[in-house]
Amino acid sequence: MTKADVQTRFRMGAVDMTHGGGGRATADLIDDLFHRHLKNPILDQGHDAAVFDVPPGRLVTSTDAHVISPLFFPGGDIGSLAVHGTLNDVAMAGAKPVSLTASFILEEGFPLADLERIVMSMAQAAREAGVPVVSGDTKVVEKGKGDGVFITTTGIGVLPDGVSISPTSAKPGQAVLISGSIGDHGVAILSKRENLEFETEIQSDSAALHELVGRMINAVPGISVLRDPTRGGLATALNEIAHASKVGVVLREDDIPVNPDVEAACEILGLDPLYVANEGKLICICDVADADTLLDIMQNHLEGQQSAKIGEIVEDSDHMVVMQTSFGGGRVVDWLSGEQLPRIC
Amino acid sequence: MKYIREFRDGKLARKLAKAITQESDPDRRYHLMEFCGGHTHAIFRYGVQDLVPDNVEYIHGPGCPVCVLPVRRLDDAVELALDHGVVLCTYGDMMRVPGTKQKSLIKAKAEGADIRMIYSTQDALKIARENPDREVVFFAIGFETTTPPTAVAILQAEAEGLKNFSVFCNHVLTPPAIAHIVDAPVQPGEDPVRIDGFLGPSHVSSVIGWAPYEPAARDFRKPVVIAGFEPLDVMQSTLMLVRQINDGRHEVENQYTRVVTREGNRKAQRLVDQVLELRNTFEWRGLGPVPESALRIRDAFEEFDAEKRFAVSAKKSREVKSCECPAILRGVKKPTECKLFGTVCTPDNPMGACMVSSEGACAAYWTYGRKRETALAIKGAAA
Amino acid sequence: MCLAIPAKVIFVDDDDMATVALEGIKKPVSTALLDEVAVGDYVLVHVGYALHKLSEEEADRTLKLMAEAGVLAEELEEMVASETAGGKS
Repeated sequence: MTKADVQTRFRMGAVDMTHGGGGRATADLIDDLFHRHLKNPILDQGHDAAVFDVPPGRLVTSTDAHVISPLFFPGGDIGSLAVHGTLNDVAMAGAKPVSLTASFILEEGFPLADLERIVMSMAQAAREAGVPVVSGDTKVVEKGKGDGVFITTTGIGVLPDGVSISPTSAKPGQAVLISGSIGDHGVAILSKRENLEFETEIQSDSAALHELVGRMINAVPGISVLRDPTRGGLATALNEIAHASKVGVVLREDDIPVNPDVEAACEILGLDPLYVANEGKLICICDVADADTLLDIMQNHLEGQQSAKIGEIVEDSDHMVVMQTSFGGGRVVDWLSGEQLPRIC
Repeated sequence: MKYIREFRDGKLARKLAKAITQESDPDRRYHLMEFCGGHTHAIFRYGVQDLVPDNVEYIHGPGCPVCVLPVRRLDDAVELALDHGVVLCTYGDMMRVPGTKQKSLIKAKAEGADIRMIYSTQDALKIARENPDREVVFFAIGFETTTPPTAVAILQAEAEGLKNFSVFCNHVLTPPAIAHIVDAPVQPGEDPVRIDGFLGPSHVSSVIGWAPYEPAARDFRKPVVIAGFEPLDVMQSTLMLVRQINDGRHEVENQYTRVVTREGNRKAQRLVDQVLELRNTFEWRGLGPVPESALRIRDAFEEFDAEKRFAVSAKKSREVKSCECPAILRGVKKPTECKLFGTVCTPDNPMGACMVSSEGACAAYWTYGRKRETALAIKGAAA
Repeated sequence: MCLAIPAKVIFVDDDDMATVALEGIKKPVSTALLDEVAVGDYVLVHVGYALHKLSEEEADRTLKLMAEAGVLAEELEEMVASETAGGKS
């Protein structure tokens, strides 16, 4: 089969049950599509298991399944999102990611051209992050039993000595920092969801943060907490930390960066940006004395230009997150039950 | 965001707060019912209660169409989706409201019902056009604000000759509800609700005008101020109510002059009147049967009436025992006075509508109202 | 209740539809409930329909009234404060 034939097959074809059969079709798919784009020396070893060296330190691993819909959205797709998401999970432990694995569950009938787009996007994200995808798997399920494609990624990283970052480590008196505007990803996704279509220039903020984290830890090894506020937004992440650390959080609405278009979209749909997902932002909780140093590093980094100090950790036996509103009154910023739904009321 | 942000200005808020404090009589309490869930939401989200003096108290009313939808109607909608195989189109607000035995639309969806969340009746029409071999039912809820879009959808469906579109109509009216609350007989074991004035609905009034509130103000001798939904609107309206109460007046005043007029939107009213008519009576969750307080589809449009198109079974619908939504909706009890609040009934596991709807008094209390002491402490520290 | 927001009309088409903008967000809305709508008008939008025009004049007047009430309140506060500080005359 010539290279041109392969290309044609991808442009026209769709996933079918033979691709998951483990035979020639599977091998061809893996070679022609996955390996071709995700190419790296470890993957090219050709074993099911990847063998690679790790620098000294403790091992960190994290895994995530990605079932997002729509698969393609402004600013990214399920492929790049999967890479960024897992790299960030590893980074939020303070670890330097070293490698990734990716397993795909494909639905019968899923267009190969779309799959190739996703794999190419994943490959690009991994390349730009400097972290290779070293092992993978592909399975096919019958039509109707999957949502096009589900991707599970696992990341492996190394934690240098002297770094101890945990959601249980926040202490009263510490500062709460955010690396940029909130709500961009969630709004970008909603703008493409059926029945909620609106025109906007907002892009998902999906990005790999491990490089930024690396610089922050270098400057301040004693950072207490790092967390990327993904599903459930800033509010959910802070509530989780408050409960884990048995503290309270006080926020100042005036200081929380929100893109005016994100604010407007949330107004229209009746959503609160505090609860809308982010995929390229981090929360950092550190000693007040270190806040300016960290903000300086963050603001001078591509992924942290709108970084800001948004609040403090306080003593609170109820472990609540409260906010001083721009209006002047105080309000509680609570856990949400389930996903925030657009409302008419 | 023009005409939104200006009405959330913190500096003006502090000044208005001073004005309210100065004009309120320290020797009396002002009980102001904010009928609409939108006002409940604004008060809690912006912490308005922190800015007004302690002797001004907001009582949360039943102005949440999600909260007042009778359980049986929700059960009927669930049945339409699950047993009649229709595509049920609904606004997001209704998805998690628990019906009998806690069955909600979102749970029905998990059981295989084709339930689609929409933002506009236009979306429901689109779904009907795109699925000509499926019956599409729009689950219509809402006060007078939300009713004209339903009327337009039915007229459009008729003009297009759509054969697979119908509406399950649960639109309710505001002025009869206000009258019913003020006039409601006291239930055994309850104290009469003390209301000195009303923050009247703003967006409802953009459609119906403010004239319809004049009988209530006159007959019950309570001032009504039509109040916009932004926090500064709420505060200015509070000031206007305090003034009326001090003066012993009971008029309808319009604070939301940028949108509301005395006659409202005549075209919208005409369209609604063309398609819908008054029901003799309709049961409101918590208020019981309220005469002439709801709308149904006129016979001329009966092919678009889901109640006529589908034989929905008579059913025994039940509220959860001990759920105090009825008393809370009437302003007679606070959420904290319900045995279930915060223990069995939480936003994660709502027992009644007041907890599910983001505008429900219980949800608002839970989400925003807890730990007001902490919130007040921030206010103190920031001052 | 009745989540509705004011948005600016940026495009009117002849099918009882218009496009409104709030900041950079653009959304199609039905104008079937209004008699006439022009580009530049502000309308109140609820569930995908324009319900009513917003009067910019009244909006400015309302803000002015609020500011006036605020000014009066502050003057009164200052008066009371200076009386208290200077002793009763």
